[in-house]
Amino acid sequence: MRVQQISIFLENRAGRLAAVARLLGDEGINIRALSLADTSDFGILRLIVDRPDAAQQALRREQFTYSTTDVVAVEIPDVPGGLAGVLEVLQDGGVNVEYMYAFVEKANDRAVVVFRFENLEGAASLLESAGVRVLTRAEVLSL
Amino acid sequence: MKYFQPIDETMPVDQLRELQGRRLADVVARVYRDVPFYRRKLDEAGIRPQDIWSIDDLAHLPFTTKEDFRDTYPFGLLARPMSDIVRTHASSGTTGKPTVVAYTRADIELWADCCARTLACGGADRHSVVQVAYGYGLFTGGLGMHYGSERLGAMTVPVSGGNTRRQLMLIQDFGTTHLCCTPSYALLLAETADEMGVDLRKTNLRAGYFGAEPWSGSMRRAIVDRLGVEAFDIYGLSEVIGPGVASECCAHAGMHIFEDHFYPEVIDPATGKAVPDGTRGELVFTHLTKEGMPLLRYRTRDITRLEHGTCACGRTFARMERVSGRTDDMLIVRGVNVFPSQIEHVLLEIEGAEPHYRIVVDRRGRLDDLEVQVEVSPQLFSDEVKEMEGLRQRIANELHSTLNVNAKVTLVEPRSIPRSEGKAQRVVDRRQMETS
Repeated sequence: MRVQQISIFLENRAGRLAAVARLLGDEGINIRALSLADTSDFGILRLIVDRPDAAQQALRREQFTYSTTDVVAVEIPDVPGGLAGVLEVLQDGGVNVEYMYAFVEKANDRAVVVFRFENLEGAASLLESAGVRVLTRAEVLSL
Repeated sequence: MKYFQPIDETMPVDQLRELQGRRLADVVARVYRDVPFYRRKLDEAGIRPQDIWSIDDLAHLPFTTKEDFRDTYPFGLLARPMSDIVRTHASSGTTGKPTVVAYTRADIELWADCCARTLACGGADRHSVVQVAYGYGLFTGGLGMHYGSERLGAMTVPVSGGNTRRQLMLIQDFGTTHLCCTPSYALLLAETADEMGVDLRKTNLRAGYFGAEPWSGSMRRAIVDRLGVEAFDIYGLSEVIGPGVASECCAHAGMHIFEDHFYPEVIDPATGKAVPDGTRGELVFTHLTKEGMPLLRYRTRDITRLEHGTCACGRTFARMERVSGRTDDMLIVRGVNVFPSQIEHVLLEIEGAEPHYRIVVDRRGRLDDLEVQVEVSPQLFSDEVKEMEGLRQRIANELHSTLNVNAKVTLVEPRSIPRSEGKAQRVVDRRQMETS
């Protein structure tokens, strides 16, 4: 149920994002999902990749500052109101979202939303009991 | 208790003062006779060598400054003919030309003794393996400690600075017990050891002599912890002799100044008047025994304070506190005096902060901008923007309360600040001083 996300500290200057993308590309690591939170000086790149261990090894070798965080990925219908329905479940359950990002699956008209919660297990079971499909690690990596 | 020259190092104070007075009279007579620069200075000050009787007469003598080196470059301060000089060293000067110093054979002997004293202060003896990782060459660090180590009878490993992986190999293979390098290089060694999977705490390394650049208490704790050594602060500068001017002892209560040869004063840099023990000011040295280039009241620009009184180690020599700044490193930002060491102290007190930072001063319009760049280590990193902004704010607040001036804090990636293999370049001043 938990999916491992890798977060990387990046300075906000030309070429830093490309450097990470190139590093992972050269290692044959495929990025499944990403988001970039940025400020005027620095950014935090959050990634879900198909081979997290290999990615961490490469990042460590190249001396990037990174950390790993567990997140929850859910599948929602790719229709207007799809996201709102899920967020209302969380709101009603009093669950706070630390951050989230989403991407669309073209193949089956579904969208995948990645959530970071403080109480990961509680939030995941709340979503499941409301009928939201929480993706397994394998499902996310094979997207 | 280990001394290299126990009779000198533990001499009763009244006897020491008497010796210093005699030596002062001698050196003043020598420079008056042999150095036109000093003859003119003393004449201008209305001082005749025969007026100098005791060490208390020192306060009447004129100062010597770094500018005097520039004005007499390269050999205008020599007190001996060139044929008596056997060695020169040089350090970076205030302009393009280096600050040049010269040694007679006796000066080299004296220097070896003083560096042997330094090593003995930290417990080294003839059974030790001393790895000298200060640079060899015009810089005094390498050769000074080298001769001291040989004088002590230790096995000397003259590896010089740089080539960090080889340094680590030698520490392991030769069983190095005592390391001499700059504190920032010690941390680079620790980092590289981590990368190579080497645990320095499991080697024979037991003490280090760290000097040639300012360092903080927190940096010291990081070195002690990561290298597994007892750390000894050492002090020296080429104008005085190089390393071997002062050294911390096993009591870790300041650095003993080898004042039977180098007489210390601390003055208020603005007025030139001596300040009492315990008050910070500019450190000033007078050579009592040097032959080649003896100096009267040389202003080091280093900020420290003195403590007199016999130490727990038995030495009677005055102790100086770790240098806390330079009169000329002092940055004036929006009219406020800022010492880089204050900034370092703030950063090191923030939990987990690695001591890698850089201070950039720039001028935007008419206002000075002070920027402090801090490398984000894995311990400091959070993947939430609000946590990182919070960290930045916390550093900025701490800096403001210490410096009384606003600093912009920029979080940068690890290794983006250049590492030094010699002295750290902590300050970049980009202000173009308008000449209108």
